[in-house]
Amino acid sequence: MIRSATLICGFLVSPVWAGEIWVTNEKDDTVSVISTETLEVIQTYPTGERPRGITFSKDFSRVYICASDSDAVQVMDPNTGEILHNLPSGEDPEQFVLHPNDRHLYIANEDDAITTVVDTETRKVIAQIDVGVEPEGMAVSPDGKIAITTSETTNMAHWIDTETQELFANTLVDSRPRHAEFVAGGSQMWVSSEIGGTITVFNVEDQSEIAKIDFEVQGVHPDRVQPVGFEFTADETTAFVALGPSNHIAVVNAETFEVEDYILVGRRVWHMDFNGDKSQLFTTNGVSGDVTVIDVASRTALKTIKVGRFPWGAAYRPTE
Amino acid sequence: MGRNLLTLTGLALCFGTIAQAEVALNIGYLKVFQPQPPTLSNLDPEPEDIGLAGALTGLDDNATTGRFLGHTYTLTDAILEEGDDTLAAAADLLAQTPFLIIDAPAKTLLTIADLPQAEDALIFNAASGDVSLRRDACRANMLHTVPSDAMRTDALAQMFVKKRWDDLVMIAGTHAGDLAYANAMRASLTKFGLELNAEKTWAFDADMRRAAAQEVPLFTQEFGDYDVLVVADELQDFGRYILYNTWEARPVAGSEGLTAVTWSPVIEQWGAAQLQNRFEEAHGRDMTSRDYAAWAAVRSLGEAVTRTDAGDLTILRSYILSDDFELAGFKGRPLTYRDWNGQLRQPIAIAHPRALVAQAPLEGFLHQTNELDTLGLDRPESNCEAFE
Repeated sequence: MIRSATLICGFLVSPVWAGEIWVTNEKDDTVSVISTETLEVIQTYPTGERPRGITFSKDFSRVYICASDSDAVQVMDPNTGEILHNLPSGEDPEQFVLHPNDRHLYIANEDDAITTVVDTETRKVIAQIDVGVEPEGMAVSPDGKIAITTSETTNMAHWIDTETQELFANTLVDSRPRHAEFVAGGSQMWVSSEIGGTITVFNVEDQSEIAKIDFEVQGVHPDRVQPVGFEFTADETTAFVALGPSNHIAVVNAETFEVEDYILVGRRVWHMDFNGDKSQLFTTNGVSGDVTVIDVASRTALKTIKVGRFPWGAAYRPTE
Repeated sequence: MGRNLLTLTGLALCFGTIAQAEVALNIGYLKVFQPQPPTLSNLDPEPEDIGLAGALTGLDDNATTGRFLGHTYTLTDAILEEGDDTLAAAADLLAQTPFLIIDAPAKTLLTIADLPQAEDALIFNAASGDVSLRRDACRANMLHTVPSDAMRTDALAQMFVKKRWDDLVMIAGTHAGDLAYANAMRASLTKFGLELNAEKTWAFDADMRRAAAQEVPLFTQEFGDYDVLVVADELQDFGRYILYNTWEARPVAGSEGLTAVTWSPVIEQWGAAQLQNRFEEAHGRDMTSRDYAAWAAVRSLGEAVTRTDAGDLTILRSYILSDDFELAGFKGRPLTYRDWNGQLRQPIAIAHPRALVAQAPLEGFLHQTNELDTLGLDRPESNCEAFE
């Protein structure tokens, strides 16, 4: 069914960027699949309990889903929606990142103050690393040498050496760090702090702080401007930052660290992903239960798509 | 008198420690059991470890962070029965640490805060909502992680305004706590432009488990029509029998029904589910408001140690009261302390036993500096001078 839908779409638009945005619905135990051509939900698949983090294997033949309350990472066939098997994940997996080797998943176990490393081929846990309270944000450097876990209550970014699976540095950030990303060829690492209301930019080489980005949305009390997920445009000159209950996305110049724009989206905006050519951005709006589509060039919201209850994570896969 | 030394030490060296000073912070926890007058129902006995359990979860959180920084935390507790020598126990704790969390009535708090040994101490009031402690009876060495009664009644008053429930009546019990709550409620209603149209005092001695369906309709019939019945029953004596037994079919709020609380098991947003899980796993029960207040006190100290890399009283106190301090308290906003009376600013949950209904400050209640200051004593309303 999903195949026929994408086939039809393929005829309508250039097939190069035909694709789908997969959204986990935290309180519906489902994923919604949105066609990036028709901007409609074309499929809804059941998952384990409380699905949050979602990511695809490098060849897009597998989708990994953190089913937090099922204490498992589920491996799904994205062509059929069938759950192929579960990976051991440690308790309450919230968010994860796939190592560039396409094999190792680094998983934040929110209730256990642990980062679990799982080999997706052997389906075995290869390491568990003690981190701070409520680990959440996960990132891995482009060369695969460093993995990051941020811990929400400890307020740190923990730097993991992926060869030894041990911590080699811990850096304090503002309150409730939620998301981390490497940029600029892996020379910078950004961490968002939800309650602190900032993004801290680190120099990866010596883990020193390069910059701190503040946000200010007109008419919204600063306490409610809470940066969570963020993503970069293809040229990495611009970052789009979800600001949670302020219901806005900030557009940040990644070179000057200045905020250039704010875009109104749905309520409690959380995470996001781009379509194939990164011309459109899809944001998950938890409280309003929808996804906002943003035109990246004009920085305007194009459309709102209703999905399940409390959409959380978003991930893109090409279908052609 | 029971006393334990609970130690949580991190293996700092194993965790890629940042090059920082070693800090070992000992926190004292003093609880004075307050005799509970008999109540009509014994359905909900108070957990023995109420308060202390929250402090221990806070200590755990601090220790996990501390192990990356070379900071260790310990808790020394003293649990007293009524009649024990409270002052001696407090002096004993103060000889070991200047940081003291206290779960005791307002009067006891003040006598401890006024001990000569407490002059160079930082006391956290984690149980008393007494408004005077945030006003003329404030002390420079005392902070409050538990909201004042006024913060809780202001939260409900905002709800009444928002819902346009302006025809209000109240039933108050006769215990000191009931009277204090009723006073706070009257002040809050005045503050938000509301008033009580009728008041009655609950002084029954019948067994309401059997007679509620007969007595309460008659007792409330005199009120005539109204929007909401406010119940001031802080000991949870009779309030539970008012619901669904009133003459008019109207909502009940206050100490029963729709309540304004520091914390509740129904809070799951803002990452609260994680704190609830952590607490439940460690202590085998739900986290209560008093647990939360003790948790917030321990975490305030932990946060200050983490950010200042110091264990010194003066440094920690001034950091906690500064603009730089913020505590992520699972309430959706950073928590800070009012520098005029030491009260922890915090959103107040408006909840019934099965769900969160709203969170105060409600939308539309504005303030020139911080919306959270629409709850409780704002700077001009507090005549506390100890912090100047």
